[in-house]
Amino acid sequence: MRVILVVAVVGVVFLMLSYTSSHNMGVFNPKGTIAHAEMNLIVTTTLLMLIVVIPVFVMLAIFSWRYRAGNTKAKYSPDWHKSIALEVIWWIIPIIIIAIIARMTWISSHDLDPYKPIASSVVPITIEVVALEWKWLFIYPDQNIATLNFVQLPIDTPINFRITGDAPMNSFWIPQLAGQIYAMEKGDYAGVSANYSGFGFSGMKFTARASSQDEFEQWVRTVRMSPSTLSIDEYTKLAEKSRNNDVSYYSSVHKGLYDKIIMKFMVPANVIMTKMNM
Amino acid sequence: MFGNLTLSALPHEPITVGAGIFMAIAGSSIIGLLFYFKRWRWLWAEWLTSVDHKKIGVMYIILAFVMLLRGFSDAVMMRLQQILSVGDSVGYLPPEHYDQIFTAHGVIMIFFVAMPLMFGLINLAVPLQIGARDVAFPFLNSMSLWLTVFGAMLVNLSLVVGEFAATGWLAYPPLSGIVYSPGVGVDYYIWALQIAGVGSLISGINFFVTILMMRCKGMTLMRMPVFVWTVLASMTLVIISFPILTATLGMLSLDRLLGMHFFTSDFGGNAMMYVNLIWAWGHPEVYILVLPAFGIFSEVVSVFSRKKLFGYTSMIYATVAITFLSFVVWVHHFFTMGAGANVNAFFGIMTMIIAIPTGVKVFNWLFTMFRGRIVFASPMLWMIGFIFTFTIGGMTGVLLSVPAADFQLHNSLFLVAHFHNTIIGGVVFGYFAGITYWFSKIFGFKLNERLGKAAFWHWIVGFFVAFVPLYILGLMGMTRRISHIDESTGWQTLLIVAGIGVVIIGIGVLLQILQMIVSIRDRKHNMDTTGDPWDGRTLEWSTSSPPPFYNFAIIPTVHGRHPFWDTKYGESEQVAPHYEDIEMPSNTPMGLYIAFASVVFGFAIVWHIVWLVVLAFAAILALLIARSLDYNTEYVVKAETIAKIEAKRK
Repeated sequence: MRVILVVAVVGVVFLMLSYTSSHNMGVFNPKGTIAHAEMNLIVTTTLLMLIVVIPVFVMLAIFSWRYRAGNTKAKYSPDWHKSIALEVIWWIIPIIIIAIIARMTWISSHDLDPYKPIASSVVPITIEVVALEWKWLFIYPDQNIATLNFVQLPIDTPINFRITGDAPMNSFWIPQLAGQIYAMEKGDYAGVSANYSGFGFSGMKFTARASSQDEFEQWVRTVRMSPSTLSIDEYTKLAEKSRNNDVSYYSSVHKGLYDKIIMKFMVPANVIMTKMNM
Repeated sequence: MFGNLTLSALPHEPITVGAGIFMAIAGSSIIGLLFYFKRWRWLWAEWLTSVDHKKIGVMYIILAFVMLLRGFSDAVMMRLQQILSVGDSVGYLPPEHYDQIFTAHGVIMIFFVAMPLMFGLINLAVPLQIGARDVAFPFLNSMSLWLTVFGAMLVNLSLVVGEFAATGWLAYPPLSGIVYSPGVGVDYYIWALQIAGVGSLISGINFFVTILMMRCKGMTLMRMPVFVWTVLASMTLVIISFPILTATLGMLSLDRLLGMHFFTSDFGGNAMMYVNLIWAWGHPEVYILVLPAFGIFSEVVSVFSRKKLFGYTSMIYATVAITFLSFVVWVHHFFTMGAGANVNAFFGIMTMIIAIPTGVKVFNWLFTMFRGRIVFASPMLWMIGFIFTFTIGGMTGVLLSVPAADFQLHNSLFLVAHFHNTIIGGVVFGYFAGITYWFSKIFGFKLNERLGKAAFWHWIVGFFVAFVPLYILGLMGMTRRISHIDESTGWQTLLIVAGIGVVIIGIGVLLQILQMIVSIRDRKHNMDTTGDPWDGRTLEWSTSSPPPFYNFAIIPTVHGRHPFWDTKYGESEQVAPHYEDIEMPSNTPMGLYIAFASVVFGFAIVWHIVWLVVLAFAAILALLIARSLDYNTEYVVKAETIAKIEAKRK
């Protein structure tokens, strides 16, 4: 019986390891400094907690076995219910561990704050992200281009994402790159919405491609050759509900579109139309 | 005439039609059986109008089990959809249906499974444990039950008439606003929760007062059983947090019905205000559910280790600390809102501090087992399974409480795995332990232990097979609530494994149903004639199983924390009993009527049937006034009658 149990446990661990090594582990396969720091934080916190958790599991197993009713050789103290020394120990040790994790939390919350610019000598590029029903619109204000469900990024450059929505609440997530991206490796990374926003939610995905600076500029030129442009009319059409949209490129964008989208929600509904039509 | 209600509200999809037909058949066969066996009068007089806390407790638990089957079917359907809907295949559920299912699953499991299980167990055990004959407000107790039952019925009605919300279980605006959810689904959601929520609030007040005012002589606060302590803490949270839920849903309803803008950006409303408010209720809600489970485990571990509970005093302080802290952590549900590093760090640190008193509890339970004589009856198995499972859930909880880590894990399946880890491993295991532990007290016979143990093993193995894959999928980047995945992700394998886990849990559920059937069949052999089948320590074991309707012929006087243990094994002088007249509350159908009028009111608002809204509201008021003017709410049981009943019981 015990042999079967051991074989089963070893088998499950082996299967899990072989599965995780042959698949993309997202959070544990970071490609940017921020995602890397976040992974380290997750691992360190887990190890610190194991200082308490492993003894708990060991004691649970030993006590259950040793003090089973059938084992009359074990010591039995039915009235022993208090020990100041022991209780002090298990108030103090968790307090120390949590204090350490709390310090890490305070520091990491500030260091990895998504609103904090990443220190770098390279000039950051700004990308405006608009969550629509149910697709992602990326506006490059400096390049005056826009893309749908696809975002290309030059490596070794801080990216300043400005995020808003013209739809129910969404959440912008590229697991391997984290909220901000810097010094990532070249490659294609999956991006999703992490906050449920309605029926087309499952198809609300995009690809984030990290490329060299030259490839990025080449790509910008390609987008500029696209026949579509993102005027206010075109945007209004785009903002209507639609599911599983393909990638599309817009060679130019109505100036200040991003701010207009934000302003739409700052005023009563009947004023929107006049503002949008300006 | 019928507002927005037309025939098109009836279901068209085969799955919903099937569910509707099934509900109709089940309902009419129950009604048929009641006619056949001429049990209507018995049902009405003995159960539906009863204000006896023991019967109300049983009815809560029946509701919870029926709704558990519904919530579990939802879980099976979701697992199946995610397994099938990969690449080119879209599975068998369109998003419009799938999204209602995950919403209903969450709503049902929290509001109509966990809450009724909790109130059921509190009803069964608390008055007996404090040596009381009933609760402080027996009529309100009955009304709370029926408000919860009819709230649940409104959710089930939405399956057949109209639709349910497709917004996720907390219905965040703007998605739940009238613009993005123009149908009746969100209205059903709002009114089901409003009705059940009022029931919960009233129950909270009821038990808070019961515990403070109705303890028997000698039972000081620091002599109360730990379960009673945890219930007191939990009811405090109910009283403070449920009004927030009612107000929040009220504002959402005003936004939808009257075009107000509490939570929509135009005219200066703010959706994030809703998210803050709903979690200011939602986080304490988690502790409302888990604290009584901690209490049950404290009773169980001491009785089945044949040993006093270790560290009673620090257990109580830990409980009070958790109660307080549970109100200052709500922002950890939305670190990604962008509140800034200082705010996020504060709420993150507050959250992880909860791990300290919780850890203290775990060590106290372990050292209750240390140098004990552990009997592995099924409540004790649930206890050991709980420590193992819940510790893992606590660990992943601390991980999620670090804001910078949460940015990578939030709303992923890692989060889904975490909260199932704590709710199944903590709350559900705890309530199952409690049901097995107190079952014989209420029904007079024990549950079949063999099937109970088999059910436990299926639940715990099934749990890990179902949820470890979700932890891994979360780390791989799979978000919650999606109904379709790309083939390139390679996630399907793990989803299949998780599906197998659900099947194993399903077998556990079937074994529990079988356990109930077999135990009722063999009840003659499992009779609990002593009233004390587990060698208990607290007062509920001092009376017979089942107890007489007045619980205790003579109200006990206690001198310590283990009153029954001390009488059993200590030196107690035998005095001839001296009985006195007892005042008991009379049964009344008023609670049932008021709850029924409330559900009609809710239904009428959902469909904008104005005349019915007015009529139902007037009915509620009239019934409340009628009840307030009724002075004949109690009757006297004569001392001679009690002497006769007691003589028969011996």
